[in-house]
Amino acid sequence: MIHDPSMLSVVVFAVFVAATLGLSFYFAAKTKSAAGYFAAGGQIHWFVNGVAFAGDYLSAASFLGICGMIAFYGYDGFLYSIGFLAGWVVALFVVAEPLKRLGKYTFADALNSQFQSRGITLSAGISTLVVSVFYLIPQMVGAGSLIQPLLGFPYWVGVVLVGVIVVLIVATAGMVSTTYVQFIKGGLLVLFSGILTLMILNRGLKVDTSELANSPQTLVMKSDGTKLANGRPQGKGEGQADLRPVGHLSKLPGGKTETGPLGPFEYLATLQQSEVVLWTKKEAVVNGEKTITWTPNPKSGANVLRPGNSPTFKGLQSESLMSRLNFISLMLALFCGTASLPHILIRYYTVKNQAAARLSTVVGIGTIGCFYVLTLFMGLGAMTSGSIDLTNDNMSAPLLAKSFGELLFAIISAIAFTTVLGTVSGLIVAASGAVVHDLLSSVLRWEMNDHEKVRIGKLAAVIVGAIAIGLGILFQKMNAGFLVGWAFSVAASANLPSLVMLLFWKGTTKQGISSAIIVGLFSSLGWILVSEDTFQKVYGFSADTAAKSAMVPFSQPGLVTIPLGFLTLIVVSLMTRKTAESQ
Amino acid sequence: MAGLDHGPAHVKEIEDPRIAIRNSRYGMFLFLIYLAFYAGFVGLNAFAPVQMESTPAFGLNLAILYGFALIIAAMILSLLYSWLCRGGSNPDGAKGP
Repeated sequence: MIHDPSMLSVVVFAVFVAATLGLSFYFAAKTKSAAGYFAAGGQIHWFVNGVAFAGDYLSAASFLGICGMIAFYGYDGFLYSIGFLAGWVVALFVVAEPLKRLGKYTFADALNSQFQSRGITLSAGISTLVVSVFYLIPQMVGAGSLIQPLLGFPYWVGVVLVGVIVVLIVATAGMVSTTYVQFIKGGLLVLFSGILTLMILNRGLKVDTSELANSPQTLVMKSDGTKLANGRPQGKGEGQADLRPVGHLSKLPGGKTETGPLGPFEYLATLQQSEVVLWTKKEAVVNGEKTITWTPNPKSGANVLRPGNSPTFKGLQSESLMSRLNFISLMLALFCGTASLPHILIRYYTVKNQAAARLSTVVGIGTIGCFYVLTLFMGLGAMTSGSIDLTNDNMSAPLLAKSFGELLFAIISAIAFTTVLGTVSGLIVAASGAVVHDLLSSVLRWEMNDHEKVRIGKLAAVIVGAIAIGLGILFQKMNAGFLVGWAFSVAASANLPSLVMLLFWKGTTKQGISSAIIVGLFSSLGWILVSEDTFQKVYGFSADTAAKSAMVPFSQPGLVTIPLGFLTLIVVSLMTRKTAESQ
Repeated sequence: MAGLDHGPAHVKEIEDPRIAIRNSRYGMFLFLIYLAFYAGFVGLNAFAPVQMESTPAFGLNLAILYGFALIIAAMILSLLYSWLCRGGSNPDGAKGP
């Protein structure tokens, strides 16, 4: 779809970005030391840190990806909300306090607290870098998707814009500015999501039986690069046409055409008894000309509100054991992944003590939990109010806001953009911390004073930002939520076994930790690279060819690679125990 | 604004090991409770998805009710944990009662 930018959107967007940068420059003057740059001097208040947790965590995947998946397929997107929040239980009950007790700047600090091993620092540093880059991809995809309707720029401009702004933020003030940007953004995101949900409930549900709403749509991409939308050249001018936004109900219970305002449970219960029009996509390529057809497919609300409608989870409605294992694998990775994400883990070093780490996690869970409840209403609101761009599921939440007016759209889009900025900032701080503190200082033994550490950290931020921009452009067509699922799998496989075993098994050795990180990291990465989903969505194979080419039985690696990480640690620790004791 | 003087890192806390062990036990107990609840949800979805369509209360199906319950349970258990772990160090920095 072609989206027209409005002056109001541009102004609101400019104000948000200017405020973010202003805050960043303000804190830049206060950050003098490496402790200030990488861990905010350990002086952030627990409440601020708790809301900043929400800011870090509620990324493009949560806001754009989950809402988009719910809008396109129904309940399935909500499975991500549940899994993402459940992961915080592991973070609070298992990891938060010991991590604060053991570490200083990075995840490697905590693992290395009793070993002082370069092997651990090297493997943990590499893992932090890889996971951060993996997690950066969906953020950049979200940024590119947002910038199109907001400012009218092409996708790649959005990705570059985020990259440049974030590098400016991180290269000025590090963790301090990142924390306060996250605090403000996290608070605003939950507040405006709440407002949007209230407006959805107040609008209620409505039937649309018009011929236009129920007509199939086509997009033809010719070999010369021109496009035809619904039979005409794609555009907004005379003689041109564009794809229409979709999403409506075809029936309400009791033959009603409109419900009026509804309560939250009433809204969901009414939708469950209604008939919703979903859209089935088919692609065909003939002589280099690609034709995509979207056909309306009415489904009962009861069907839409149960799991198994999306391509990711469709196996749940079949008898396939592998599909079920794939689902279990993803839910395991979401559960274990949160407590393994480097940009979340380093936030524990920004508060004063273990009690503050615990309380900030409690605040984070409250804030994040409220938001995830709202995702179901926002996604279903987009599904039923003509707010779906058939070519981009990441646009559903902003377009839903647009259905309530330009101002709300401008604010929600600007918050979503700031969401991306904040999360990317946190990830880049984590990555640059791993480069400077773990790889250069500890592994390569570079002698650096505080000032040099900060300067090289900023240089690392620029390089990681450039990599993120490149990958963001490469992965344009993928759902942000789906991509984050991969990042969780890699993080959980590489980091969690070492962290948990170090805390709970005295037999853990430094060789066991290093081996578990390397095995978990590369086995999960390898699994993803040869999986059916990757063959289809990244390498561009057709569904049939992707299924035949896949070298692993299901696409999500966690079910195999997380236990593999634990097993590696136990076996290697048992094998090296005598060496450790003699030392 | 307090807390914006980002100079050297805050002095590292030395917590009473007994309190750390106590907190760790509470954490593990609550974690296992939640893990069982979450595993039930994943297992039902994977092996008995038809059950998720049943409508036990409020006109809502089990998929939505169980999902909301998991989110709310995480919030309640986190508050409970925070209450159980009271005492020890003061989150604002000074030693507690």
